[in-house]
Amino acid sequence: MIYRETGQFKSSYASDQAIFPIVQDRVLVLLGVAAAFVVPPLMANDYWLQAVLIPLLIYALAAIGLNLLTGYAGQVSLGTGGFMAVGAYSAFKFATSFPQLNIVVVFLLSGLIAAGVGLVFGVPSLRIKGFYLAVATLAAQFFLVWLFNKVPWFVNYAASGTITAPARTLLGVMVTGPQASAEARYVVALGLVAVFALVAKNLVRGRVGRSWMAIRDRDIAAEIIGVRPLRTKLLAFGISSFYCGVAGAEFVFLYLGSAETLAFDINLSFLVLFMVIIGGLGSVLGSFLGAGFIVLVPIFLTNAPHLVGLPLPVALQKQIELMVFGALIVFFLIVEPNGLARLWQIAKEKLRLWPFPH
Amino acid sequence: MKRVRVPMIGLLALAVVLGPLTGVVSAQSQGIFIPLLVYRTGPYAPSGIPIANGFVDYFSLLNERDGGVNGVKIIWEECETQYDTKQGVECYERLKGKGPVLVNPYSTGITYQLIPKAPVDKVVVFSMGYGMTAAADGRWFPWVFSFPTTYWSQASAVIRYMGQQEGGLEKLKGKKIVHIFHNSPYGKEANPTLEDLARKYGFELTLLAVDHPGQEQKATWLQVRRLNPDWIFMSGWGVMNQVAVKEAVATGIKMDRFIGNWWSASEADVVPAGEAAKGYKGATFHAPGTNFKVFQEIVKHVYDKGKGAGKKEEMGAALYNRGIVNAMLSAEAIRTAMAKYGNKALTSEQVRWGFENLNLTEQRLDQMGMKGFTHPIKVTCEDHEGNGPVLIQQWDGKKWSIVSDWIAPMREVVRPKLEAAAVEEGKKLSYTQRDCAKEK
Repeated sequence: MIYRETGQFKSSYASDQAIFPIVQDRVLVLLGVAAAFVVPPLMANDYWLQAVLIPLLIYALAAIGLNLLTGYAGQVSLGTGGFMAVGAYSAFKFATSFPQLNIVVVFLLSGLIAAGVGLVFGVPSLRIKGFYLAVATLAAQFFLVWLFNKVPWFVNYAASGTITAPARTLLGVMVTGPQASAEARYVVALGLVAVFALVAKNLVRGRVGRSWMAIRDRDIAAEIIGVRPLRTKLLAFGISSFYCGVAGAEFVFLYLGSAETLAFDINLSFLVLFMVIIGGLGSVLGSFLGAGFIVLVPIFLTNAPHLVGLPLPVALQKQIELMVFGALIVFFLIVEPNGLARLWQIAKEKLRLWPFPH
Repeated sequence: MKRVRVPMIGLLALAVVLGPLTGVVSAQSQGIFIPLLVYRTGPYAPSGIPIANGFVDYFSLLNERDGGVNGVKIIWEECETQYDTKQGVECYERLKGKGPVLVNPYSTGITYQLIPKAPVDKVVVFSMGYGMTAAADGRWFPWVFSFPTTYWSQASAVIRYMGQQEGGLEKLKGKKIVHIFHNSPYGKEANPTLEDLARKYGFELTLLAVDHPGQEQKATWLQVRRLNPDWIFMSGWGVMNQVAVKEAVATGIKMDRFIGNWWSASEADVVPAGEAAKGYKGATFHAPGTNFKVFQEIVKHVYDKGKGAGKKEEMGAALYNRGIVNAMLSAEAIRTAMAKYGNKALTSEQVRWGFENLNLTEQRLDQMGMKGFTHPIKVTCEDHEGNGPVLIQQWDGKKWSIVSDWIAPMREVVRPKLEAAAVEEGKKLSYTQRDCAKEK
């Protein structure tokens, strides 16, 4: 019913190749994005915005980045946390060294730095694949975090070794620093993630994305049909790290406010990888769904006992939460190994044939 | 498989919609609300559990015996952080909706997160003996309190103690002192002070970092063995401490020359090393053990009613007692505010005033059954640290006992540095200095 396509004819290449060829999809996404911009800043309180939605958006951006690399180009990476740290620390250096620089420019520049670092760590990907590459990127993770902890220049010689996001404005509105309202931070995070998701979507359905997928599916075949493996893989590393770098910068500037290197440890890399796997490898939508799952489900599980009037001791509650969350992930991956994005796809297909799905 | 998909989508949708909703609960009505950020699980749980129990037991005592502070109930809610900064911030944001007057972050990482938020949200950050040392300058950080003492004061007091043992501070000249620290903002905190003192007294300082969580320290102890230091000072936390103590034993360090800071001197740190840990020392700012009247009160009013947070036998542990001290200081600050604003549920601004004007006398400690348990403290607008004296305790294989008098920190070294750091940190957050003379 909702997805009935009767009467929607594609009479040009442009309409056939549109991002959302079905009208209902287009309307739904546009309405969704508009609602995301309008509803939460008006309705949600600080807790919703600051502790739930802002991290969700930032994780989604990092997940898109990793998805480009792992989901589309097939290069397994455990270095996400490290690349996010590069973004965060370079944003800190840019913001404190050039106070007049626009904060969005700072984010983009730090993304570029992260892209450069990603390129360097992507070089071994020509020779090694799969698990072996995962271990090589793991080295990036540990090396980068160690580097930021070791060299005081990165933290402007602060004795404590923490970086603090300085207060900056965007179009006259305070968006970073403690005085910035959660609404402003949210809108900036949403704006960035919306733009970057659109860019990612376009990347993956164009020439670049196709060559990534060719490499992912069978690299030798891809090479035979004229895809240059090193260039393609490095491009994936570079662009992926760019996304992760911007996410890392936002992580400190829009979410935490200040951070130590521990915030970017291996757990963060795993978290983003889980988001990609649960959301769906090779899907931009999946990155959002995965981030949503990882951020929201633990919060729900923490609060659920209170909701039904069952005040458990916090320690027990946390342990139950870990168990249930772990079980949910296992269950999910057994039932739907292709992730949440695939569930949505199935739902959509069913709706197209509704009320008589087969 | 298809059949489970539909309920699964339903479940997920439910979680997504209800998840954050559940965090939004109406504000507290009666009493004073204090959120407790605890870590009863995770890698630091052995340290987190006794602190949390101490807190809860003292607040329970006040509520059971006196009906709260001057008859105003204390309401608390625990939130599990696992000592993880992100989870701590989530906890804080969730509990902020309930109108807290003060927050004890109990993690340097979380404290750094909450300091910039404090003046905006108007919540007192009480980081007792941890957190950002520079924030002890109340002119720059009106909402942050770190009494009774800070990491810098502690470091200077420990050096003074080492000097005393050597027969005078001037005897430290040429001695080798190693600082082993947790490679995090917390562990690094003492370094600048130690470096200054090394220049001043001419001892040879070596800084050795141990990465989180600290299970792997072989390389560090190889260096220690090669250096053969006269004294070792350690700023460790959690599992790092017990590994360090065991490694020190294996390295053949004289244990009475090995001093931990107050987060490296609990039972959990020395018991795993067994007999060999005998002689290991640690800094503290309160006594261990249960030889104080307040503990009998807790047993009578809390444990005998079956309301104790932990096991009765675990009272008196170093970190349990720290929880008691922390809860007591919070309650006394609230009491101070009540003397001015009346016995009712106070606002956070009023509680902040109470913190800033706290004057905990020897006499008051005696009244509470805590004579000798901790040091009297006077807080002022400029000085959110108090005078910061430190005790040294020693492990005898079974329990901690105090082996020194109160050691005064080197105020003349620490305070100017602290004030300079406060200016720097305050500027980072675009604060302005307030004029304390105008606030009397």
